[in-house]
Amino acid sequence: MKKEWFTISVYAENNVGLLNRISGIFLKRHINIESLNVSKSEIEHVSKFTIVVNTSKDWTQKIVQQIEKQIEVIKAYYHDDDEIIYQESALFKVASNLLFDERQIQNIIKDSNSQIVTVSRDFFVLAKSGRRHEIDEMHEALLPYGIMQFVRSGRIAVSKAEMPISKLLKNFYQD
Amino acid sequence: MQTLKETKKGANKPAKIKMSGAEAIIHCLLAEGVDLLYGYPGGAIMPVYDELYKFQDKLTHILTRHEQGATHAAQGYARVSGKVGVAMATSGPGATNLVTGLADAQIDSTPMVCITGQVTRQLLGSDAFQETDIIGISTPVTKWNYQITKVEEIPEILARAFYIAKSGRPGPVLIDITKNAQFDTIEFSYEFCKGIRSYVPVPKPQASAIDAAAELINSAKKPMIVFGQGVILGHAEEELKALIEKAGIPAAWTILGLSALDSDHPLNVGMVGMHGNYGPNILTNECDLLIAIGMRFDDRVTGNLETYAKQAKVIHFEIDPAEINKNVHADVAVLGDSKETLSLVLPKIKKNSHEAWHNEFKEKYKIEFEAVIKDDLFPTKEGITMAEVVNEINTASGHEAVIVSDVGQHQMIACRYSKFKKTKSNITSGGLGTMGFALPAAIGAKMGAMDREVVAIIGDGGYQMTIQELGTIFQNKTPVKIVVLNNDHLGMVRQWQELFFESRYASTVMSNPNFVKIAEGYDITAKRITERKDLKASISEMLASKDAYFLEVKVEKEDNVFPMIPSGASVSDIRLK
Repeated sequence: MKKEWFTISVYAENNVGLLNRISGIFLKRHINIESLNVSKSEIEHVSKFTIVVNTSKDWTQKIVQQIEKQIEVIKAYYHDDDEIIYQESALFKVASNLLFDERQIQNIIKDSNSQIVTVSRDFFVLAKSGRRHEIDEMHEALLPYGIMQFVRSGRIAVSKAEMPISKLLKNFYQD
Repeated sequence: MQTLKETKKGANKPAKIKMSGAEAIIHCLLAEGVDLLYGYPGGAIMPVYDELYKFQDKLTHILTRHEQGATHAAQGYARVSGKVGVAMATSGPGATNLVTGLADAQIDSTPMVCITGQVTRQLLGSDAFQETDIIGISTPVTKWNYQITKVEEIPEILARAFYIAKSGRPGPVLIDITKNAQFDTIEFSYEFCKGIRSYVPVPKPQASAIDAAAELINSAKKPMIVFGQGVILGHAEEELKALIEKAGIPAAWTILGLSALDSDHPLNVGMVGMHGNYGPNILTNECDLLIAIGMRFDDRVTGNLETYAKQAKVIHFEIDPAEINKNVHADVAVLGDSKETLSLVLPKIKKNSHEAWHNEFKEKYKIEFEAVIKDDLFPTKEGITMAEVVNEINTASGHEAVIVSDVGQHQMIACRYSKFKKTKSNITSGGLGTMGFALPAAIGAKMGAMDREVVAIIGDGGYQMTIQELGTIFQNKTPVKIVVLNNDHLGMVRQWQELFFESRYASTVMSNPNFVKIAEGYDITAKRITERKDLKASISEMLASKDAYFLEVKVEKEDNVFPMIPSGASVSDIRLK
């Protein structure tokens, strides 16, 4: 089985319990959710789940079919990394003394194109948005100096091709 | 969730009447045409039961002896009548006892609405008495579920529940209603749900798929149909028959498809799957076109997928897009309601007869008859076989009875040897394989088809899983006929132990009680037979009875069901012994 990265975009009604229903589809098939983001979408009252998985295309297709089958799901899509514009965000909390003691830290900040969000006596916080591997690289670079805290957000993505949800919803009222 | 609504015909504007949430629930059920439901009362559902008391002339509540029994009865009712089965229970253990029935209805696509009481809204999440997260628990085994915490939600959510349960590929819906919502009052009016914008119950058939299917069927030399319950759920029995007759295609069935086509139809070639007929299994791997209609390629049907019908093109007629390519790749997927899609394909089909090919099925049947069927139906040994009992019931009832089977050896025998003339006549737990299904399902089936004979065929193991439902039969005087085929073993597991675990009979030997006395305790006429000579007379006595009747037949203890495709083997490797 050839594993690949896929981003699944789910347009759904904003209902309590749907997240449980969707995550159950992954659980049942023992497929790990690598990242999950839930937000509002371009359409009023419609939520968007962005789910990243690392599995075969075949499994991804089957999962998308099962997701679409759920009553409250309007439509689900999957894309590989080339078919989407995507970003993830990360925060790094690092001890303040490193900023002064380790010259390399300043280079990492510059090279990674990250922002300093705050600096206090004890720590400073770096924010980095970008592709998964860029965040991984920055993480690796900082690791030898000590990271006090690290967190990465779920992936957010928009597709290059159209996801014609508005049209689908319009058809519902016309049929 | 945005929906399309429709008020009842004739009414310009729904009249609004002030009432409690509990009473509103009753009015919703009545509006949906429910006149019968199964359930068990308890603390959190008491306001609804209080209303059921007041409305007992319009709505009959059948008190089962366990909530699981309520779900299976609702399933049996739904399966024979085509209507939505309704089951009700209280919160906590009442709700969790529904789970097996929900799972069974989910995997066997049975329309069912379950209503559970829940602790009052203020107590949610406090681990209150009999509080359980039934929404969380039932999510994977329901088509849809919802917790109502405000009285205003009741009419709209229940309308949606019934719509979802019965539309498209049917399934179970659970609605959990907090006690405060049952007590609070609303201005009640009811509008039917006519559509949900995020839900497409029946996909529109694509003309290109219809054409492609017709072309494959017309050019096939060795086509074979395998049909499932989708034919029954889609009311497509006539269309199926027309298709097989016009194109001359041998048709086999899954156990849930059984009774959709007359058993004696010349092109009915029998059952596929693990204990199915020899011909359709072997020839699955020799056909050049496999036409699957309303079935889902369960592993018990396909055996090893790596070696399943690899030589054939596959057409899949299916209502649920998630079934396409799930287990078997479809060269042509014809999405839509089976009645509609078959009707569209039919005029494009050329008249044909595949006589030589059909003869191959007949040849295979002869082999199976000599190796298996002859000894099953006309045994020369002393012990009674399950098959001769099933055959006698079937013959004596003129192939008109509804047969409700439980799970195990007797189920496979019942499906193999029962012959049907009418659709919706074979009620069994196919997908989930729920032991204990038959007795309560037979109660529901009888109530859903009072004009028909309903015979439950059950093993001694499964019978004892829901034996308490004899109380339901007793209280309601439900005239179901119960046949226990007693081999004093959990027969199917014992068979596997014999074949694959060197006859180590771990926990499959049963010491059974006096079943006759138990039935008599419930005032049910009961009889036990141990000899072949008594079989005919006792079955005819049972069928002649106007009331419930219990018949225990002591059958051969260590018979095996054959043919058999060993678990994980190919359909070609079906064993005759």
